[in-house]
Amino acid sequence: MDTEQLIRTLAADNTYRTRPIGLALMLALLAAAPVSLLIFFAELGVRPDVMTAMRNPFFDLKFAVTLALAAAAIAVSLHLSRPEASLRGFGWWLLVPAGILVAAISGEMMMPQRAPMMTRLVGKNSMACMTAIPAMSLPLLIGALYGLRQGAPTRPAVAGAVAGLLSAGLAATVYASHCTDDSPLFVATWYTLATAIVASVGALMGRRALRY
Amino acid sequence: MREREDEWTGLMRSAISGDDAAYHRLLKAITPVLRAAARRGLARAGQPVDQSEDIVQDILLAVHLKRQTWDSSAPFAPWLFAIARNKLIDALRRRGRRIFVNIDDFAETLPGETPEPTASAGEVAAQLQTLPARQRDVLQSIAVDSASIKDTAAKFSMSEGAVRVALHRGLTSLTAKLRDR
Repeated sequence: MDTEQLIRTLAADNTYRTRPIGLALMLALLAAAPVSLLIFFAELGVRPDVMTAMRNPFFDLKFAVTLALAAAAIAVSLHLSRPEASLRGFGWWLLVPAGILVAAISGEMMMPQRAPMMTRLVGKNSMACMTAIPAMSLPLLIGALYGLRQGAPTRPAVAGAVAGLLSAGLAATVYASHCTDDSPLFVATWYTLATAIVASVGALMGRRALRY
Repeated sequence: MREREDEWTGLMRSAISGDDAAYHRLLKAITPVLRAAARRGLARAGQPVDQSEDIVQDILLAVHLKRQTWDSSAPFAPWLFAIARNKLIDALRRRGRRIFVNIDDFAETLPGETPEPTASAGEVAAQLQTLPARQRDVLQSIAVDSASIKDTAAKFSMSEGAVRVALHRGLTSLTAKLRDR
């Protein structure tokens, strides 16, 4: 086929419309969410004292951190799906959840505490946190990568890592309602480690899946 | 050069709002620029420049399938050059060379510089043969026999919608095969 013929063929396909990436990503995440929720309710479930916990600002702060991570990563994912885009000028969004965490840690430091710092940091659920967040993230990550395949990222591994952050943020939001460790020190340690694992898996998967 | 790029942006906007002729004109207008840049990239990597047409076709397919990632309020050229650069790097890497491709390779091409293809491209044609029969027939009818969607539909007793779907799927799987080969 010579180039002239290819051009004619592409022009004939001009009217075919694919879904906008934002919509594709949303639909893929909605399709994947039930799998993650199934893992959550089958293995973990919401903590029994959730009504009391909601009166603890540090319980609520966990959701602020994880939702901020998910929202920032969604915005950055959509941005990176454009070939001429880079993290520059846009990547700082990803620092918002880290900023909330730092503020929360300093807030907690200023309050009288029943448990010593190391006890709060180590917590009781570190292993559950490190397995549940990656496990619940995986279906979301696969969904996110599937939706983002519509895009054309210049650095597929970076885009995959951000998709990992996105799915870890969503999974951690659900997981946070199970976890009885509310100290920001715990969140900063174990949630961050779990998120880093998912981001690495996302980078590895994205390198192949998001090439175009 | 500025004028040329503004013209591209205008054509692409018309194309997206459904003007197939504008789209055809745009693809024809960008092809010589892509060809010149592909040749320059190959030459710098010490590769025979007669492979440039395969790279041009690769870029055109990517432009086509990824055009929804272009923000129509932005100029078209930076988007085009980013796609072209990625594809050129990929192509050179596949040929075993790691090379830095300068974005100016694309932007620099002068309007007067319009190289003709030196050799016909073989990769798209070869992958075309590996497609499912229906997609291959539709693609061949439109590309090689220059039949319209309507004539193709009549020829294979398909609906026009089915022809459009087969055409699009054919182009998508062709691109996937070129990428993963």
